[in-house]
Amino acid sequence: MAFITANWNPMGDAFYRKTELYQMSWNIRDGLGDSLVAAAPYGGPVALLREPHRRSPSSRPQLEIYSASGASITSFPWKSGPVVHLGWSVSDELLCVQEDGTVLIYDLFGSFKRHFSMGQEVVQSQVFEAKVFHSPYGTGIAILTGSSHFTLATNIEDLKLRRLPEVPGLQGKPSCWVVLTQDRQTKVLLSTGPELFVLDNTSCTAVCPPGLSPQAGSIVHMSVSFSYKYLALFTDTGHLWTGLSNLQDKLSGVDTNQKETPKQMVWCRRPKTQQPSVVLMWDRLLLVVGVCNDTIQFPLEDQSVLVGELDGVRIISLTSQELLQEVPLVCQDIFKIASMAPGALLLEAHREYEKCSQKADEYLREIKEQNVLGDAVQQCVEAAGHEYDTDTQKALMRAASFGKCFLTEFGPDPFVTTCRELRVLNAVRETSVGMPLTHTQFKQMTLQVLIDRLVYRQFYPLAIEICRYLKIPDYQGVSRVLKHWASCKVQQKDLSDEAIARAVCLKVGDSPGVSYSHIAAKAYECGRTELAIKLLDFEARSGEQVPLLLKMKRSQLALGKAVESGDTDLVYTVVTYLKNEMNRGDFFMTLRNQPVALSLYRQFCKLQEQETLKDLYNQDDDHQELANYYIMASYREKRLESRLSHLQSAIDEYNKAKNDFAVKATEDEMRLLRFQRKLDDEKGAGLLGLSLQGTMEALMSLGLHKQAEQLYRDFKVPDKRYWWLKLKSLAEKEEWEELEKFSKSKKSPIGYLAFVEICMKNNNRYEAKKYVCKVTPEQKVKAHLAVGDLEGAADTAIERRNESELGAVLSRCSASDHLLVDRLNRARVNSSKK
Amino acid sequence: MAAHLSYGRVNLNILREAARKELREFLDKCAGSKAIVWDEYLTGPFGLIAQYSLLKEHEVEKMFTLKSGRLPSADVKNIIFFVRPRLELMDIIADNIFSEGKLHSSRDFHILFVPRRSMLCEQRLKEQGVLASFTNIDEYILDLIPYDGDLLSMEYESAFRECYLENDLTSLYHTAKGLMTLQALYGTIPQIFGKGDCARHVANMMLRMKREFAGTQNQILPVFDTLLLLDRNIDLLTPLATQLTYEGLIDEIYGITNGYVKLPPEKFAQKKQGEASKDLPTEPKKLQLNSAEELYAEIRDKNFNAVGAALSKKAKIISAAFEERHNAKTVGEIKQFVSQLPHMQAARSSLANHTSIAELIKDITSKFVLQLLCLSALVLPTSNFPVSASEAFFDNLTVEQEFMTGVDTDKANTYIEDSIAQKDPLIKILRLVCMQSVCNNGLKQKVLDHYKREILQTYGFEHILTLNNLEKAGLLKLQSSSRNNHPTIRKTLKLWMEDANEQNPNDISYVYSGYAPLSVRLTQVLARPGWRSIEEVLKMLPGPHFEERQQLPSGLHKKRQQGENRTTLVFFLGGVTYAEIAALRFLSQMEDSGMEYVIATTKLINGTTWIKSLMDRPEAQMP
Repeated sequence: MAFITANWNPMGDAFYRKTELYQMSWNIRDGLGDSLVAAAPYGGPVALLREPHRRSPSSRPQLEIYSASGASITSFPWKSGPVVHLGWSVSDELLCVQEDGTVLIYDLFGSFKRHFSMGQEVVQSQVFEAKVFHSPYGTGIAILTGSSHFTLATNIEDLKLRRLPEVPGLQGKPSCWVVLTQDRQTKVLLSTGPELFVLDNTSCTAVCPPGLSPQAGSIVHMSVSFSYKYLALFTDTGHLWTGLSNLQDKLSGVDTNQKETPKQMVWCRRPKTQQPSVVLMWDRLLLVVGVCNDTIQFPLEDQSVLVGELDGVRIISLTSQELLQEVPLVCQDIFKIASMAPGALLLEAHREYEKCSQKADEYLREIKEQNVLGDAVQQCVEAAGHEYDTDTQKALMRAASFGKCFLTEFGPDPFVTTCRELRVLNAVRETSVGMPLTHTQFKQMTLQVLIDRLVYRQFYPLAIEICRYLKIPDYQGVSRVLKHWASCKVQQKDLSDEAIARAVCLKVGDSPGVSYSHIAAKAYECGRTELAIKLLDFEARSGEQVPLLLKMKRSQLALGKAVESGDTDLVYTVVTYLKNEMNRGDFFMTLRNQPVALSLYRQFCKLQEQETLKDLYNQDDDHQELANYYIMASYREKRLESRLSHLQSAIDEYNKAKNDFAVKATEDEMRLLRFQRKLDDEKGAGLLGLSLQGTMEALMSLGLHKQAEQLYRDFKVPDKRYWWLKLKSLAEKEEWEELEKFSKSKKSPIGYLAFVEICMKNNNRYEAKKYVCKVTPEQKVKAHLAVGDLEGAADTAIERRNESELGAVLSRCSASDHLLVDRLNRARVNSSKK
Repeated sequence: MAAHLSYGRVNLNILREAARKELREFLDKCAGSKAIVWDEYLTGPFGLIAQYSLLKEHEVEKMFTLKSGRLPSADVKNIIFFVRPRLELMDIIADNIFSEGKLHSSRDFHILFVPRRSMLCEQRLKEQGVLASFTNIDEYILDLIPYDGDLLSMEYESAFRECYLENDLTSLYHTAKGLMTLQALYGTIPQIFGKGDCARHVANMMLRMKREFAGTQNQILPVFDTLLLLDRNIDLLTPLATQLTYEGLIDEIYGITNGYVKLPPEKFAQKKQGEASKDLPTEPKKLQLNSAEELYAEIRDKNFNAVGAALSKKAKIISAAFEERHNAKTVGEIKQFVSQLPHMQAARSSLANHTSIAELIKDITSKFVLQLLCLSALVLPTSNFPVSASEAFFDNLTVEQEFMTGVDTDKANTYIEDSIAQKDPLIKILRLVCMQSVCNNGLKQKVLDHYKREILQTYGFEHILTLNNLEKAGLLKLQSSSRNNHPTIRKTLKLWMEDANEQNPNDISYVYSGYAPLSVRLTQVLARPGWRSIEEVLKMLPGPHFEERQQLPSGLHKKRQQGENRTTLVFFLGGVTYAEIAALRFLSQMEDSGMEYVIATTKLINGTTWIKSLMDRPEAQMP
């Protein structure tokens, strides 16, 4: 631990350190010199294409993909055209830009995913150079064509090619160029030697970096920082200019005394940097040039590749991989020799405490006296995050934990979070996983992306472990991993459908948010229909199952699933599909097995296809419905004969359905229709379509009492109703004599109150009174009241001693009837006494 | 504007706001001026979500009703069809677009399906060759519409018919979806109870959908403790009975649609001196009825017999308030009085309106009022009510109550026969006959056939289809050999209360002046002492009864305050009446119930609209 500052190099008032990340586990004999190399930032994978320009078909170049620790992931001979550039997308896909402008996309495991072209013209003119870049819009590609044109695609997921304007006077290649993302615009910055141009969508502008004297020579190399904010220019005189990439400001100008153009030049900065620098690499030399004009030199033993990171530079060589970065301020504070920062003291205190030395107390007192124990703990926690060595991490965390004991109000969150995150980081940094992420990078890329990347590398168990450990909601964590795992699993050709389905189901189970149909679709894509069907069975969302089942021509199954879902629209969709696909007989049979679908189809037919409806009922021997169908149909007929024939069919069906009532009723209706037609023909009575009652009514009002009576007898109309009808009819026509005669024809089945009321309704009080005496005692009060005979009503009510009747009469009395009111009240009192 | 939605135990305005937001988002998707072509059925329900002003803010300049032929001319960029997913409507839309032709090729067409888009309809549009003409095809998920502070309705008129006659369970799918939306906004409902086949089906779909959405676990503290799903067909009796609450009677007599009622204008005429009866308004008076109106909220659920007293008490309070002005001496007091004026004036006009409505209703029901007033030995005001109307109402009620108490339910009823002979409205007859059948657990063959024959002979043979429907729905049936269990149900559940107190009710039976709606009684028993106590009766009612629990994520378990009420959402599948709602509100207000109810339904119904939805009327084509 004492040596922690051994690899620190001062740079201005800060320090730079170079930490070894891995001893590379790869075995590359020929070195990196003759290869195209692409290493993705954030500890991403490395792709190598050996001898890309060797064109003899007998020995194809080899494309190799390694993890950052050098573990081989895949390797295969390159069979396509000559490759100009390799690069990685944000989702860990390898982009291979070919000479003819075709971009081939492979996944981490070397399986081809898709391809696209950077434009037709490129096929002719060829790609000179290409660069893959990342921006907030995703991964982009820029190419320089043989005709000295730049073409850009800012997002390969949503390909839109943009040809940039011409650069005046540019012949062949520019001496160097970079892609910039500024103000939400992607631009190209290029140098033709003495001159510098900015190319955007519409124009090409010559620019001049402030403070770069013409004597400095022509620009031969340039580099932009990770954030596109800073720019470094290297001239053929060995001068290094650094400044803002918008060319508004200069940071510094340093003479490196190196005449040769560096192989690679990369910015080395970190968030909240104190001393940013540019790292330049030649064959045998690594030069770190600080903006403060300080430099550090490192000799290089073999050919290396620099990978710019958010907070440093990774140096990958044949044998090892190192991280060069500015030492974070908090680490400087703690570990700087003779530092009196609170964190440093706390670390010391804890060290003494472990030795059981009383000095621990002294250090603690000192911190407490300054009242900075909180800061001390915080510093230790923070510094632990930045350390790569696990022992250092532990020492710092223990010190923090020790310090925390003496604090009463200190939120546990930062401590706990850092502990957890360090465990995750240490796990992914393992050589076997090979993701050398720093804490800063991890925070920037987010946990979500980390899990995605683990999944891309098929580290499923680790990914799940991490999700569970960090308690990520299943939906965003475990389920996502499982989904990817399952999609991958179904592609394993050496396993049987049965085994895969079982394995998938066992692992995925009911995990929320895993779409079995998604997995099944994948299986179907790989030509494993049976497996797809098995998997679909586990899908909870029928809406998802059905389309795929239809696509796979499993329509019966689709129907079953649709019905299960309860989504009737889905059922209709399948039914329509089946209808077009099957012959009618099969279609009906299929429906028959699915009552829900059948009733929905019936509904559809009711509105759209009446004829089919009939066939459906016929098939089901549903005589009752068939009869109803005929009844319905009869009303659509314009001619009486057809109507009658429909009714006859209805009768036949009702008979089969053993619905005697309906048979009788329908027969009656036919009889009535015929009768109506006859009378209409004879007398023009306009009866057709009326109800029986309506017909009798019409007949009576036409004075055709005989015919009415015939109907009354023929159709066995109940006496009561007939009496009512006749009563009303006579009263309306004011045939009072007839009415009286009628009342005496036999004992009224409807009583005589009706007579009273009907007369009153037709404003004939005189006639009404004739019937009051015939009314039954129970209704007599009502009858008296109806004719407005209060006295009579009162007498009857008193006689009957009926309280509610008394009340009713009372309620009709006005103030002027006080005599009557008195009598009634007295009677009421009497009756209640009784 | 919709503040009354947020007064209740559950703030239903959240739901309304969510619906409005979605509407705005859709409208903004169609940039530029717009005309909306409405499926007429939707205008009512939409009125509960958004007024014209909202549409106007989003550049809706014209509105038309969907019909065949050319669209009326309108100088707008976008034509938006707001339609239900029905094939016949698709044909009309296709027709519209064809007639539009190439005249306005610059126009954009859009379709908004309510409540859900349908592949079937899109297929139809495709067949018609117009699918490609649409820029946007979207759905507007409007399942449960907030109707009042404690009331949600899907306004799905044909739900009962589709479920019980046609075996088309689409409405239940929408119900389940609607409940999922509700849970997304108000938290997972931990307990689900239900009774009936449809209830079971909805619960199954909900659980299934929950599985589908698994993982997007909802982190909202549950607002509802319990969901109770009730099939309408376990209680066919209640909607058949005449509702006797104020709101129920308004609905029975005038019909409330989407919260509005249209009333005969005579009683609302502005009485100005001198020109008393000159120009009576002829347009019906349209009033909105909801709890935003303080007075209405107070009296809507009262038995109509208690409304008069409440109104006169209110009148006294209001006039007393107006009298206050004489006491206002200082400037401050006057200022305070003036500031209250708008409120008081609103109260006064509200009082005037309801007094008029009460009078209108009284004209029809007064015999009923009179009867009850006689019993309580009150002195009556004399008035000249038309005897026949009120008498008919009273007689009808008497018969209903006889049926409900089980008097002579197995014989043909004279009143029904007489009513048929008088050719009273068919629906009234059907209501009574069905009621008798339900109360008697079916009718004897002889009686049933007699009624059916009477109806066919009097109202026409075509009604054989309607009768068939009623039989299918179980409203009319033949008495099977098993004994009539209705009396057992009635006794166990205390469906008939002899001493219903209408003025100061102590039991839900006040809403039908004696009859306690079965559906609400089941709800009440569920809360206390629980359904286990009535297992026997539950078995007599159709369909299964069940209980399901939905797991809550830990941390969302409610810590109940001492004395805090629980909240139950009661969902009536197939419709609910205002009287049932009143009864549930009464239970919510009972001090010791410990339970508050929010009511949801497929449609607000009464016996008339309900029976109407079950009727089939073929129209004769014969000249």
